[in-house]
Order: sequence, then C-alpha cells, then structure tokens
Amino acid sequence: MNTASVSLGASVSSQSRFMQLALAALLGTFIIGFVGFSHIDAVHNAAHDYRHSMGFPCH
Amino acid sequence: MNLFRNVVFIAAIAGLVGGIALACMQAYATDPLILKAEVYEKAGGGHHHDHAAVTTNDNAMSSAVPADNAMSGAAPAPAEAAAPVEDEGWAPADGFERFAFNVLANIVSGIGFALILVAVSEFMGGIGNWRQGVFWGLAGFAIFTLAPGLGLPPKLPAMPDADLLQRQIWWTLTVVATAAGLGLIAFRKSLPLALLGIALIVAPHIVGAPQPDSFVTPIPEGLHHQFIVASTLTRLVFWLVLGAVVGVVRGRFTGTATSLRDSFA
Repeated sequence: MNTASVSLGASVSSQSRFMQLALAALLGTFIIGFVGFSHIDAVHNAAHDYRHSMGFPCH
Repeated sequence: MNLFRNVVFIAAIAGLVGGIALACMQAYATDPLILKAEVYEKAGGGHHHDHAAVTTNDNAMSSAVPADNAMSGAAPAPAEAAAPVEDEGWAPADGFERFAFNVLANIVSGIGFALILVAVSEFMGGIGNWRQGVFWGLAGFAIFTLAPGLGLPPKLPAMPDADLLQRQIWWTLTVVATAAGLGLIAFRKSLPLALLGIALIVAPHIVGAPQPDSFVTPIPEGLHHQFIVASTLTRLVFWLVLGAVVGVVRGRFTGTATSLRDSFA
C-alpha cells in the first residue's frame, strides 16, 4: 500500500493508520447494516421509506 | 486516534449534507410514489378500487402517472390515520413524524456511507478535491446503487419478493464483489487483474439475484418504473454530493489538497 505524500493525521505509523481506517470503515458498515438491514420491526418501520427509496432489500 | 477522529469528522459533515440533500430529493421524487403504492397495498391487492380518497397531486412527477393508473389521479392522503404498511411493532405516524424519521435515516446512513467512502479513499491516497470526489462518488453509486439494483431493482410496497435474508445476502455480496472489481481495475495497473475485476463485477449477475415465485402485483408497471428512475437518480446525486463534499472538507483539513498523489484521475 502506497502512503500518500499528504494524509489525514500524517504522523501516525502505517500499522496504526491501517487500524484506524479499518475501524472507520467498520463503523460505517455497522451503521448501514443497522439502518438498512436490521430485522428489528421498529427500526424497519422507522426507516421504511428510506429502505424503499434506497433499494435496500425490504419486507 | 487522530486519523480516526478526522475521518469521522469529515464523514459526519459529508453524511449530514448528503443525507439532507437526499431526504429533500426523496420527499419530492420517491416518497409520493411510495404513498401512492400504499393506496394499492391497502386496497388489498388484485382488484382496483374506485374510492381511494384523493387529493390532487401537485408534484411534478405526477404528470406522467395518470396515463397508466387505472384510477384517475389517485394520490393518497398522507395524513390518514391508518397505520403504515407493516402492522407489527411501533411505526412512526404518517405525516411529519414519518418524514422526520426518513430524514433521520438518510442522515445516519449518509454518515455510514461517508465513513466507508473516506476510509477506503484514504487507503488510496485520499480525495484531493471536489472533482476527484465526484469520481469517487460515481464509484460509490456504481457499487451501492447500480450493481445491486440490476438484480434487485428498488421495489414499491405491495410488490412480491423473494426471501428477505437471501436478498440481503445477495445484495451484500454483490456490493463487495463490485467494489473489489472496480478497485482492481482502477488501482492495479495490470491487464489480468483488470480482467479479474470485470469477472468479479459480472459474477453476481450470472449467479442471479433471488427472485419471487410470482410477479403478480397490484402496482401498475408505470408506477414502478417511475419509482426505479426516481430512486436511481436521487441516489446518483446523493453520491456525487457525498464525494464532492468529502473532497472539499478534506481539502480544508490538509490545506495542501492539490499536491495529493493523483490517485484516481
């Protein structure tokens, strides 16, 4: 993995950099999963129109 | 955790802007179609009703609708007391509450998409400016909208569908395969890997998305088509906005955005 000449938080080591970015991506995945894929009825109903509009598998 | 904090900060701003923009577009383009479909859903399917209470449409999308609607000018009254669709568990009341939760869902998941976008783009050198952001946004659109939408087009309420879990699995695998395929094509300068990337993008569609046993639905074909167009276009704009905002905000952060490695274009 090439390191960019300028990056956010440039001083961090490459391993720490990887972990932090992976953590951010994981957090994003978790959020999408909760809003778009959760089988909890209340969550489904609250985000119902959103799921339809976004083409998430619904019902 | 300096980097993590910066990524979250940028994603929060981009997700907020993109989510609000998307919610506004949905209120105009897709939500009225969902409400219209719910009129058919409540009618019990199959047969057409002639008394579905009606206020005249005032949104621009409506001009194309009556042609294929069996009932004339059927628009639902959003403030009606009936519970929305799914009858189990709590659901927001129709009208403002429902709209508010839709906005919330848009913002929250907008931040989720932005987190993934920022994190992945940082691995590749980061989004340097709004134009690079637009290209990243196009990639996001292809990965999260186009690819899964080919096999599982956005559906309106009252449309039949295959098992939910199977569709969710196919949707997820398609997104992952398309992302990997695009990544191989864009960031590995190798013909065999590019070919592998194409294969990864095509593979989910050869496997095929889970389909319902029957396609019989009370929803008119025209209404569904209109919904697919509206849903796809609103998400295109969402992704372009999301990418562009990330580029702008990140540029403010680093202050030297233009000197970033030209990682994409």
